[in-house]
Amino acid sequence: MYGTGLAKGLLLTLRHFVDSYVDDIRYGFRKYHHSTDNFAVRQGTKTKGVITVQYPDEKVAVPERFRFVPFLIVEDEDHPTRSGKDWCTSCGICAKVCPPQCIWIVRGNDPNTGRPVPEPEAFFIDIDICMNCGFCAEYCPFDAIKMDHDYELASYDRTTHHIHDKERLSKPNSYWRGIAPTRAYEEMLARGTWEHKDAAKEARRGASGARASAPQPAPQAEVAAPAAASEAAPPAEASAPPAPAAEGATPWSEDDAKREERRRKALERKARRAAKRGQ
Amino acid sequence: MDQPTLAPEKQLDATTVDEAIAYLRAEYADAVTLDDREGYGGVIVQSNRLVDVARAIRDDLGFDYLSSATAVDYLGAGDHLEMVYHAYRTSGGGSLVFKAQTDREQAEIPSLVPIWRGADFQEREAWDLMGIRFRGHPNLKRILMWEGFHGHPLRKDWREAYYEEDQKPFDNRWPGGQVYRVEERNVFGKNVTYPPDIDLGRLMDSSETAVYQSLGLGVDVERIMDKDGFETNELVVNMGPHHPSTHGVFRMVLTVDGETVTSLEPVMGYLHRNHEKIGERNTYLHNIPFTDRLDYISSMGNNHGYVLAVEQLMSLGRKYNPPTYRCEALRVMMVELSRIVNHLWAIGFWLNDIGAFFTPVLYFVQERERILDFFEAVAGSRMMCNYMRFGGLFGDLPERLKSVSNLTNDRVRDYNTMQFLTEMINERIPRTIDELERLLTQNEILLERSVGVGVLTREDAINYSAAGPLLRGSGVAYDIRRADPYSIYPELDFDIAVEDEGDMYARYRVRVAELRESVRILKQILPRLEATEGESIWADGKPGAYAPRVPHGEAYGRVENGKGELGYYVVSAGGRGGSANPWRYHVRAPSFINLTPMGIMSRGHKVADVVGILGSIDIVLGETDR
Repeated sequence: MYGTGLAKGLLLTLRHFVDSYVDDIRYGFRKYHHSTDNFAVRQGTKTKGVITVQYPDEKVAVPERFRFVPFLIVEDEDHPTRSGKDWCTSCGICAKVCPPQCIWIVRGNDPNTGRPVPEPEAFFIDIDICMNCGFCAEYCPFDAIKMDHDYELASYDRTTHHIHDKERLSKPNSYWRGIAPTRAYEEMLARGTWEHKDAAKEARRGASGARASAPQPAPQAEVAAPAAASEAAPPAEASAPPAPAAEGATPWSEDDAKREERRRKALERKARRAAKRGQ
Repeated sequence: MDQPTLAPEKQLDATTVDEAIAYLRAEYADAVTLDDREGYGGVIVQSNRLVDVARAIRDDLGFDYLSSATAVDYLGAGDHLEMVYHAYRTSGGGSLVFKAQTDREQAEIPSLVPIWRGADFQEREAWDLMGIRFRGHPNLKRILMWEGFHGHPLRKDWREAYYEEDQKPFDNRWPGGQVYRVEERNVFGKNVTYPPDIDLGRLMDSSETAVYQSLGLGVDVERIMDKDGFETNELVVNMGPHHPSTHGVFRMVLTVDGETVTSLEPVMGYLHRNHEKIGERNTYLHNIPFTDRLDYISSMGNNHGYVLAVEQLMSLGRKYNPPTYRCEALRVMMVELSRIVNHLWAIGFWLNDIGAFFTPVLYFVQERERILDFFEAVAGSRMMCNYMRFGGLFGDLPERLKSVSNLTNDRVRDYNTMQFLTEMINERIPRTIDELERLLTQNEILLERSVGVGVLTREDAINYSAAGPLLRGSGVAYDIRRADPYSIYPELDFDIAVEDEGDMYARYRVRVAELRESVRILKQILPRLEATEGESIWADGKPGAYAPRVPHGEAYGRVENGKGELGYYVVSAGGRGGSANPWRYHVRAPSFINLTPMGIMSRGHKVADVVGILGSIDIVLGETDR
């Protein structure tokens, strides 16, 4: 009979319409009071239909892997030996893997010796260019750059506010462990310590009385640190013993000479290429 | 246009690709040579015999479907331009790749539009971006850039307005990072050149007139605008580029006789950003997040096609581990979920186009939201997923969807991931599809509007290189997941959705059937995920390098995306041009090529139907314009 399909469809629409009122009664009209307490009712799993999240009064929490403009990890203020120190060693991998090339790093040099030190002198991210892909965090061998959860970066003036410098980018290590506890824990397992890779290495070297040219001031006792840091980790997982990471497991060589050699060769290749193309 | 001979007895359709190549070399000994460059395949055809050979490929050998036609600039490596064609059989199987070369200065190659109408837009693109003239092309003018643009931007020696360096990573980022904004150094207005004959001061300049006059519409625009000389009943109507029914900045120029469309020409390129040039500046890895921005409705599928192409290249090298089983299962799951999102979106917006304004869309969007929540939890972003890597993935499934770090409202949408998936796949998505069918399939208004409208015949669908639901809605059971399988599709049990009518309603039915088939696939994926729990997503247990070694060669990776066949043609220069960046990166975009038959589908219908026909093709402008 002509019109039955239409009627069926309209009945379905009617059901949706009625359902929304049934929901109202079930929750005692709490859906319409925009307070944080009612959020679970308004956005809950049992609520029928999709109800607008009243942003910015209400916000949906982002999942742990959510990625927005990156930030740099610095050591917590209350860290016994490395307080306020950058985790970044200015190795430059984030700048290389950045697809839109929005990261600028100035490598730090020791003013006395002129040798590079493993800390960036300056670090800029142009957040207008950043495409939030998360490669920098994914490929950083030192877990020093991470994707943030703070997505409210709008401002009235892009010329002054949208190039984030090192000061703007830096956030304490505890902040990262707060927003992404599971991932911080997984990274700790991969590193073998809650401490920075270099710090841990330094501690081992210090114990065996090795190289003097190292940029770190003094050998440090790293043994106590994991226990202190694990307070931030989820309690159920904190009891698991940190697996020791295989030394040199990173695919990247951190040797300066080798890196310089590679760079020289790359530049040569590039020059040859350019010459070949007759530019 | 001559129609392909479909008589099967004339086709050597039992031959393999290798036998087909041998046949060509025997029949056209003087014109066909093997492409023996390292890592390359197929044949090189003398361009003066190209049309004959192409006809033999289509009629004698049965490769009736031209998937992709694109150009490569081999500047510094032979100094020639090369057209690369990938032809397939709609009965399934691998590709016959044939190429034609031409000089860079006097670039001219015979057009294959008389053989495959599907080459029309692709050849126009090659003319626009590479500057190859196609002898015999019926309407050879620019398609993505505007008439009067200076130069051919995909040539290796062409530089964009904000040019920095040939290849990323750029030198000034590290170790002496000099922070500046490009526009400070390279002031807009001074960084572009124009051809000498273009007058920027005129609002309606010659290039805009050329759009109408060279459209082949048979209407003299100047005369229409002149009141005294107004003689015709036909009228030129511009739909778009800023129009909600065109799904983005897309424009159609119609000639109408009263309400009836007499001819239609798509005009595009308003969202063109030279994705392929960006891709050639990028390293291989850099391109993955850029592919998200093509068809932004189903970015997982875009990732998949690209990583498949690069993995094909990497497998030519010595050190290559194929992805693990768990990785493949996760990839297929993500892609099928994307397909569901894509089809829900496509059907919903098609209904918007034919007048069911937003009620159905909002019903479908509920499930889409949940799938996007899942993508966000796994990949970190709802739409720009950037999830797949060469030989692996960004990460395994998290244990729970939300964070354990607590905000007041954090628990609201928190689920155990596997529980969430099980509920979605077994209950929520099937329920939504049932509801969708109950609401629409027998709805008389929908039937009135869509049955018999926008018909594309089986022969035309193949000849115009239509892909996806557009092809299958015309009775061609061609789905790459079955015809040229990849990943773990061969072991999965599903059917190809196909309808014979070729009208809008048939396309709708195909999409609904594909939704159900996707659910069927997902139901098979769940036990596979449970069985591989704990297995690494990387073959050697650790994430791949950020600069993988990609050997010299070419690869064409293609997947069945929601909108049709998405292909990536990637050429690696290997040692020649630095192995970090692709020499050529081409996207065979289904949204772009599916627009080729838009004109013949719309002819004779009403203006209101044109909107519906465009919606039934299902385009996304991020992919159309690239």
